[in-house]
Amino acid sequence: MTATETEPQAAGRQASVGQPLRRKEDARLVTGKTNWTDNIVLPGMLHMAVLRSPMAHARITRVDVSAALERPGVVAAYSGADLGDKNVGALCVWPVTDDMVMPPHLALAVDKVRYVGDAVAVVIAGNRYEAADALEAIEVDYEPLPPVLDMRAALEDGSTAVHEDPGTNKCYTWKFGNGDYEAAKAKADRIITRHYVNQRLIPMAMEPRAVVAAPTGPDGEVTLWSATQIPHIVRVLMALTTGIPENKIRVIAPDVGGGFGSKLQFYREEILAVQIANMLGRPLKWTESRSENAQVTHHGRDQLQEIELAVTNEGKILGLRVDLLANMGAYLHIITPGTPLLGAFMYNAIYKMEALDFTCTGVFTNTTPTDAYRGAGRPEATFAIERIMDDLAAELGVDPLVLRERNWITHDEFPYTSIAGLEYDSGNYEAATARAKEMFDYDGLRREQQQRRESGDPVQLGIGVSTFTEMCGLAPSRILSSLKYVAGGWEHATVRVLPTGVVEVVTGTSPHGQGHATAWSQIAADALGVDPDAVTVIHGDTASSPYGMDTYGSRSLVVGGMAVVAAAERVVDKAKVIAAHMLEADPDDLEFKDGAFGVKGSPGSSKTIQEVAFAAFTAHDLPDGVEPTLQANSTIDPATFSYPHGTHLCAVEVDTETGMTKIRKYVCVDDIGNVVNPMIVEGQVHGGLAQGIAQALYEEAVYDDEGNLVTGSLVDYLVPAAPDLPSFDTDRTVTPSTTNALGVKGVGEAGCIASTPAVVNAVVDAVRQFGVQDVRMACTPERVWRAIQEAKAGGGGAADGGDRAAEGTVAYGGAQTDSTAGGASA
Amino acid sequence: MVRIALSVDGQQREDEVEPRLLLVHYLREQAGKVGTPVGCDTSNCGACTVEMDGQTVKSCSVLAVQADGAEITTIEGLANGEWHQVQKSFKECHGLQCGYCTPGMIMAAVDLLKENPDPSEEEIRDGLEGNLCRCTGYHNIVKSVQHAAANGGAK
Repeated sequence: MTATETEPQAAGRQASVGQPLRRKEDARLVTGKTNWTDNIVLPGMLHMAVLRSPMAHARITRVDVSAALERPGVVAAYSGADLGDKNVGALCVWPVTDDMVMPPHLALAVDKVRYVGDAVAVVIAGNRYEAADALEAIEVDYEPLPPVLDMRAALEDGSTAVHEDPGTNKCYTWKFGNGDYEAAKAKADRIITRHYVNQRLIPMAMEPRAVVAAPTGPDGEVTLWSATQIPHIVRVLMALTTGIPENKIRVIAPDVGGGFGSKLQFYREEILAVQIANMLGRPLKWTESRSENAQVTHHGRDQLQEIELAVTNEGKILGLRVDLLANMGAYLHIITPGTPLLGAFMYNAIYKMEALDFTCTGVFTNTTPTDAYRGAGRPEATFAIERIMDDLAAELGVDPLVLRERNWITHDEFPYTSIAGLEYDSGNYEAATARAKEMFDYDGLRREQQQRRESGDPVQLGIGVSTFTEMCGLAPSRILSSLKYVAGGWEHATVRVLPTGVVEVVTGTSPHGQGHATAWSQIAADALGVDPDAVTVIHGDTASSPYGMDTYGSRSLVVGGMAVVAAAERVVDKAKVIAAHMLEADPDDLEFKDGAFGVKGSPGSSKTIQEVAFAAFTAHDLPDGVEPTLQANSTIDPATFSYPHGTHLCAVEVDTETGMTKIRKYVCVDDIGNVVNPMIVEGQVHGGLAQGIAQALYEEAVYDDEGNLVTGSLVDYLVPAAPDLPSFDTDRTVTPSTTNALGVKGVGEAGCIASTPAVVNAVVDAVRQFGVQDVRMACTPERVWRAIQEAKAGGGGAADGGDRAAEGTVAYGGAQTDSTAGGASA
Repeated sequence: MVRIALSVDGQQREDEVEPRLLLVHYLREQAGKVGTPVGCDTSNCGACTVEMDGQTVKSCSVLAVQADGAEITTIEGLANGEWHQVQKSFKECHGLQCGYCTPGMIMAAVDLLKENPDPSEEEIRDGLEGNLCRCTGYHNIVKSVQHAAANGGAK
């Protein structure tokens, strides 16, 4: 081919990154042309239903599925014993200590059931109704055992053991620290200690889980469609557990309706579907009901937090001590033990100090296993430190923002190595806080608060603060190694310019609502100088995107997006060599601008990347040593985490007569570095805020004293609806990350991490005047009202609203009200 | 089995159904209308909202036999040549993320605007109370409905 004359573009191409491009995903989603796993119908497909334990803890003495086999439409039914060596276990990939207890977690329980919902048997039938009906015919004899529900009691000598081998309910104790906390304590003017309950939550993604497994060949070849966040990891784990060679397993995550961590999992039903589909030689579908989802899809949070600050009289933090009890539930899921430890590095937050002492003990109980839920460890850390900072400010009689300013890392101190040993690359807490105060009218609301206090208004105003940071972009593989996580944290991308000039981006991330198809198009479009509409993003299928570490931990852009950038740069590098050949120029004399290669200082002759792609396809005249096709791969292992931060301010009105809390105003100014698509970013923040606020005010998984989940449906578990939430006032400051070329930091979890303490701080601020020092989450009207009454009655420290459930039930696995002394504790 | 005749998205159908079959399962598994998803089993989430004889219903709370003789419109039948304004506005205002609640949310919003063409923010929030979204925090759903109202979405 010969060089063609190309008119130089007058204005040049406008960058797509930074624009609020409307999402490519939406055309399907707003018209119902979706591909949820439950939509899939295959010829000869059978349906699976799972019989679940009605008891929290019992010995199984007999399972007989034979009567179920007589029911209409039933093809097969199995107990765990019936499955024999096909009844393999789900895996935990994070043994956090060398001596951690990792009990077996078989797909179907065999000897004992360990939580209500534990899987005992399955029925395979012609349709979902027949399968569900036949469950009733299965006979199971249980010998009840005392349920272990309270973490402290579980650790006492002589407690019933959830797992008889090794007979202790302690899963692990993990310690971490830096500096000499005892020395810091000895120097301190005052010690402030608090006990917070970070309650158990249910993720409740709107799409319940679903699985379709289809045998595709005679040697165990199988395709698994799953509503999962992690198709690549599921493939590896499926191979490791079932023994099916990895190259015979294809995992597809089609449209996935939200995850929030709950689909960052390798679930028993995925194993059962694959094993049984292969045994029967027929495709098999299982779709979770919402009630099953509440009971068996993993839960989140559930920590008893002891936190202590050693401080000077001026409020300067010298040292921080944290001692956690983290509820593992009955079994260890994929990263159950590691989830609370993701917070270990974040308790010190944005503050400077000399010493950190962190201990976490994982505890088995007869409850649903816990695991990652939006933020995974970091919301817990942020909650505890930001709550105690507000409590300390109240003790010292200083404004909570002033107290924070006395301790935070100033913008000219970056990069800053935190006491937890993480190097924060960039940030500007002053700027975010100043902007938030301005948007919030902080001083005006403080004045109004004072007026309402003085006038004894039955509706009191509370103002809560949360100045957070988080670590995201999971994760540098060598750091994961040091934490004993068994895999890496890299991400992969392929960028191809096809013969006709359009672009395919293959990503190992696995979006389920985040808009990667749009954002990755913007990134690739800018790198290649093409229109975002010319880019198609391929993801979520191990056959078409063979390498990936999937989507969680606010990692996709920071790691996966960077892989797209790097792969696109390699495409441009290769194209430049070809273009130079086409233009009979030296590659060093070419510049790439607006999608075309031109000779520097010689306007007029150029080759577009599309022309180069066609030349690379025909391969008729390529330079020596250059392979045909225009494509490149990149696998990025991040050098470090990134550290978004922000200042969140919440004003609540608390009706002191009813305990009802209403959010009057919520302002957040987040700094997530550079932004690819501000519209998507804002949406991520909104959704995160909603979930964080929900933890503060509404949501709580409650077990009764028999271990029954009494919040097992959307009737009992209060996922907020539109009237329960305000509109949000959001803004951003931009301090680009210095650790990746895009300067991005990750945003998926920020709102959820920051907002919970802001709201609870506001609630407590409204009623602290009555002697209330804490209100336990969720801050329901009942709890707020009870806290006020208890405080007014001189209840002192116990005035935190207490357990949610009525007498006779044991809310939160039996944890007792455990606030320390009231206002006098200083 | 019971024989029912109904119209789904403008297409007349006759089917044999079990008396206990839920309308949403009929739509998904017999009528092929998988655009309407199931999000719960207690009629709280509203993901399965469809229009039945001009009124929105949660199709998990209606038996297929109750829809005998009815005219059903699902999200798949909402567009009439071009997208309904509410569909356009949800895209324009980023009123969806994972999209699972979206079919029900859009059907509920269409119904809301029919009854109240110019709702306040509070009226929108109250009007959509029966539809849960886990992704958006409702902020942009409210904006989407306001945008639709301002652009003739009540039609």
